[in-house]
Amino acid sequence: MSDQAPEKTVPGQTGLRRRTGKVRDTHINLAHGSGGKAMRDLIEDVFLGAFDNPVLAAMEDQAVFTLAELAKHGDRLAFTTDTFVVDPLFFPGGDIGTLAVAGTVNDLAMSGAVPLYLSCGMVLEEGLSVEVLRRVVASMQRTAKLAGVMIVTGDTKVVERGAADKSFLNTAGVGVVPKGVEISARNAREGDAVIVNGYLGDHGTAILIARNQLGVECGIASDCQPLGSLVAAMLAVCPEIHCMRDATRGGVATVLNEFAESSNVAIRLNEAALPLREEVKGACEILGLDPLYLANEGKLVAIVPREKADQVLAAMRAHPAGEHAAIIGEVAEEPAGVVVLHTAFGGQRIVDMLVGEQLPRIC
Amino acid sequence: MKYVDEFRDPEKAKTLSREIRHLVAGIARAKQRPLQIMEVCGGHTHAIFRYGIAQLLPDEIEFVHGPGCPVCVLPMGRVDDCVALAELPHVIFATFGDAIRVPGSKKSLLKAKADGADVRMVYSPLDALKLARDNPDREVIFFGLGFETTMPSTAMTVLQAKAENLTNFSLFCNHITIIPTIKAILDSPDLHLDGFLGPGHVSMVIGLRSYEFIAEHYRKPITISGFEPLDVLHSVWMVIKQIAEGRAEVENQYGRIVPRNGNEIALAAVDRVFETREFFEWRGLGSIDHSGVRVREEFAEFDAERKFSVPNLKIADPKACQCGEVLKGVIKPQQCKVFGTACTPEMPLGSLMVSTEGACAAYYNYGRIDTTGLKKRAPSEATLVTTEGAP
Amino acid sequence: MCLGIPGQIVEIINEDMKLAMVDVGGVRRAVNVAFIVNEAHPVSACLGDWVLVHVGFAMMRIDEQEAAATLALLREMGEYQAEIDSMKTSDLSTGAPS
Repeated sequence: MSDQAPEKTVPGQTGLRRRTGKVRDTHINLAHGSGGKAMRDLIEDVFLGAFDNPVLAAMEDQAVFTLAELAKHGDRLAFTTDTFVVDPLFFPGGDIGTLAVAGTVNDLAMSGAVPLYLSCGMVLEEGLSVEVLRRVVASMQRTAKLAGVMIVTGDTKVVERGAADKSFLNTAGVGVVPKGVEISARNAREGDAVIVNGYLGDHGTAILIARNQLGVECGIASDCQPLGSLVAAMLAVCPEIHCMRDATRGGVATVLNEFAESSNVAIRLNEAALPLREEVKGACEILGLDPLYLANEGKLVAIVPREKADQVLAAMRAHPAGEHAAIIGEVAEEPAGVVVLHTAFGGQRIVDMLVGEQLPRIC
Repeated sequence: MKYVDEFRDPEKAKTLSREIRHLVAGIARAKQRPLQIMEVCGGHTHAIFRYGIAQLLPDEIEFVHGPGCPVCVLPMGRVDDCVALAELPHVIFATFGDAIRVPGSKKSLLKAKADGADVRMVYSPLDALKLARDNPDREVIFFGLGFETTMPSTAMTVLQAKAENLTNFSLFCNHITIIPTIKAILDSPDLHLDGFLGPGHVSMVIGLRSYEFIAEHYRKPITISGFEPLDVLHSVWMVIKQIAEGRAEVENQYGRIVPRNGNEIALAAVDRVFETREFFEWRGLGSIDHSGVRVREEFAEFDAERKFSVPNLKIADPKACQCGEVLKGVIKPQQCKVFGTACTPEMPLGSLMVSTEGACAAYYNYGRIDTTGLKKRAPSEATLVTTEGAP
Repeated sequence: MCLGIPGQIVEIINEDMKLAMVDVGGVRRAVNVAFIVNEAHPVSACLGDWVLVHVGFAMMRIDEQEAAATLALLREMGEYQAEIDSMKTSDLSTGAPS
């Protein structure tokens, strides 16, 4: 009945009637999730109006793609999902919508995959402002456009007041991995270089300050951004990237520990080489935090062969998402499974996995 | 950052490291057994591990980690009292982040929060006061934790609450004093310490005179130290120099912050609001006379202990716990039978593993690798890739 | 009990409440300055002061001379070491006292 394959459509050129303006309610109520007209109006007005692509506009129960179309990008499918329950919904530098799209796009990109399509499942709390929902959806579309992906299918549920904290958002994503690209946490080898694409700890700091009564004022904003095209630029000069992960919860320290353990190698970090904004350093000093454990939402850690490190670094620095990329360490044989920090002061210490969330301290 | 970066200078670290080695070579008894220096304050323990300072010192010097960690010495019974208060209806329980994960006999404050109690993390007691102003229909209880460094701030907040005639703000006071603790350490027959690194920020408040008994009566050198790594290394040098020259004095390395007489305004505020308790319970160390403070009668309406009833039970540590011995420096963290096995940061038995500055947590998170040879490897031996440093 | 960090007072917020804005590496927080003011140095005079910040209070003004003196001492220690080193090497190379 409807068009199955996503032709080369550009969002906005679908030839569909604009559907905005149908929802007059200011707040979400249970009717919006009940499957009836109120829900259809909500979907058409808020979601279709924003996401605006032919696959979604067809309003089928599923999005269908030809395999041949997918195979143009590579030979394996990458598939991931993530659920976002961030509090507060809006924070400096982004919101739950930006996170939901960038987070899933990045999970795909970390395998080297070209991110293509996302689904979007929402659980909305009764009483949520429709205006807030529109803002979140607009952020999702903006980020999707930046990332070159389409949100092609979704689901909406409404639960009673108190059963959800404003909004829980799930995105699942599919992408295609180019032939020959084999990125895995097990691939790190002695001599490899460890690279990050820019300033560390921005998101974690911004969220911590936004969430608590810490009274700290600063201009730190979340670094939330999709990394698909940065990864493509890196692969163009170095198809044999060994390991790559985005340093979300638990920060760079967690990712490096995962690599060290999976590859059974040591990773030696150079504290003086870590890119950190002055304000993040300042916030960490006041609150007693270690930036290595702070979350990022637009930063990746890559482990590449030593002989390709300079080229990869140059390619990253030429890209807007990698302007402040830096080599922060190297892979060694011993002590296996351990991450060691060479402090700027001249000593050494291990950087272990963190237990639980890092909290501000006064001692 | 000014007054921070200069005191992290690796070149000066190398200088001090050399001088310390030179001095130690001339101390005869250091050849028989390592010189044991106790850093009293948990903040120094944290700095030592965080910057890898032990690696810059010769094997003849050993740090013995002291009990100056107010979270580490918080008895489980007091944590239970906190939880009981937090679980009262209408209460907002405000606490520093440090205390939130310490396990009580049933749960920690973090778990209480997950179970529905309104526990809020604050950076300052003033933030708790603001919560009281902003929530007139709720009772705000602030968990006052810490040594003399933090006491003045809590005292000033209580004075502010009184000035504003707030009726919904109170303090659950767990402030403790450092001098009785140091005395208990010195009197302990298990310890053979050669010198002390004194608490820089406590001293900023109380001044230097209170430590004189250490030098005069016990004949041990003590250097009041700042918290940047260069401060710590410099202080170690000063203590070693005292030992080498046969001196036992109170020295002040942290002159840029610590005045001889302390901070009189801060001391006056403390004296107005608080009085000494006859004794106070310290986890792992038992009861120590005159080591805690409570709110004076004049400010009774701001004393959570008078306003609310708490279980106030003395809970024994788990049998396997050797927190007390580690706190006193009798054993090292890795010598505790349950270190790393039954007691880990994921599942802490004792508070030394929970607190970020607890010796066990610090050792587990930062220093564990020392036993596998990291200490033997001088930093210059590890050549690091640094094509371009941080932008 | 020790997390105190140096910062500079960049604004007086409220003289009666003794509140000022401190800047630590670009991050700002309101602090109470009751512990660092007296007749000779009232709240208004705190602007520009470098202070030690702990739990929302300015606990002490930093003694800039003492700070400089500590660093100078350590710098001199290093220079002295360097001198001794170079004396040793020149002894070795010339075989005669320099």
